Amino acid sequence: MITFDGVGHRFGDRTVLRGIDLDLRERFVGVVGANGSGKSTLARCVNGLVRPTSGRVVVDGLDVGRQTARVRRRVGFVFPDPAAQIVMPTPAEDVAFSLRRAGLSRSQTTARVEETLERFGLAGHADHPAGLLSSGQRQLLALASILVTEPDVLVCDEPTTLLDLRHTRRVAALLHGLPQQVLMVTHDLELLGGLERVIVVDEGRVVADGDGPAGVATYRALMEADAC
Amino acid sequence: MLTSLYVPGHSWLHRAPVGGKVLGLLVATTLLLAWRDPAAPALGAVVVAAVHLGAGLGVRRLLAQVWALRWVVAVLAVLQWWAAGPREAVVVVGGLLVAILAAGVVTATTRIEAMMDAVVGALGPLRRVGVDPDRVALALGLTIRTVPALTGIAREVADARAARGMGRSPRALLVPLVVRAVRHADAVGDALVARGVDDGPGE
Ligand SMILES: Nc1ncnc2c1ncn2[C@@H]1O[C@H](COP(=O)(O)OP(=O)(O)OP(=O)(O)O)[C@@H](O)[C@H]1O
Ligand SMILES: [Mg+2]
Repeated sequence: MITFDGVGHRFGDRTVLRGIDLDLRERFVGVVGANGSGKSTLARCVNGLVRPTSGRVVVDGLDVGRQTARVRRRVGFVFPDPAAQIVMPTPAEDVAFSLRRAGLSRSQTTARVEETLERFGLAGHADHPAGLLSSGQRQLLALASILVTEPDVLVCDEPTTLLDLRHTRRVAALLHGLPQQVLMVTHDLELLGGLERVIVVDEGRVVADGDGPAGVATYRALMEADAC
Repeated sequence: MLTSLYVPGHSWLHRAPVGGKVLGLLVATTLLLAWRDPAAPALGAVVVAAVHLGAGLGVRRLLAQVWALRWVVAVLAVLQWWAAGPREAVVVVGGLLVAILAAGVVTATTRIEAMMDAVVGALGPLRRVGVDPDRVALALGLTIRTVPALTGIAREVADARAARGMGRSPRALLVPLVVRAVRHADAVGDALVARGVDDGPGE
């Protein structure tokens, strides 16, 4: 469960988030809004990458500001650009990197890595240079490296922006099949439509909070009203 | 193509002990850079090419590596020539090129994990004086991952410059290159923090 309690954030003198109060209990929550509306900032508050200038965020009873290290162990975070979140040269090494503190033996690690790559359809690329994977494969690898640590919550900031329709659906199906709570920022209305809960953000505020179709309708109205 | 990546294989160099390879690289590079004579990079180039081919890494890969470094070599060569003359340019830039290629041969035949384990093992005794071997090993792995990332950015920036018809403008190359490299570094930093590498405070 993720709670935002009167969260506000400023970068210098620009206010980016204001008065955010949210109680997120649903298994899958979507966040949508215009470019620059504050979605990424909101998502980054959940694992303490951004420390809000006012209010607080609580994840499964842990205060993100105070117990940051513990929160980060529970919260997996997927960034929009998969190239930057792969820190090791090959998929097998990147997944193994996530397991470095798991206290597994060398052979246990190898087995976990193999099984994880298999599950994400990357078994044939275990030792290929990560830089040569397609964007879709890289995003699957990023997900694999994060999910192998079995976080309790997964925050995804536009995980499908760079992907084609097939990979988008594959990632979406994967996220929907997870036991974890998922908070996903996206501009993809197809992904939002079926969700139980969608938060619409505009100019740093929550302007709508309801089910998928309602969220999509509000977002459309917002976009069309602003277009000139 | 891309520099410094593991190439799966079973050559003698793949099977050689990691510590030996890293130590050999260290000694060879030190000699290369200490012997300030144009003969050093020349001899070094022959040795590196021989080892590269001997480990079954192929001619194409070797040429591709040299090609990938063309920008770095060009910029450094001009700077060195201007600052210290042609001889110094050959010694310094040639030496650097050979050193990078040599490092490329070692990384192509050694899994990062194995290399990091070797480094962690070797630095273990320094733990008592405050050196964190895991950090050093991580820095090493990251550096190796960053080379292809930067080469990729350089290629995209050069393409974008050409597409905008600014084929010769150095500013159109350097400014976006630096900006994007810094942005990439930021994003990697965030990803590391999110993956629990540094459990200190975020932004
Ligand atoms: N590190 C930063 N320093 C200063 N300003 C920032 C920083 N990060 C974001 N901003 C600003 O905060 C505002 C909200 O940014 P944010 O990235 O949260 O938007 P977003 O809703 O994710 O947009 P997009 O859909 O384009 O990803 C923007 O005006 C942005 O310029
Ligand atoms: Mg964003």
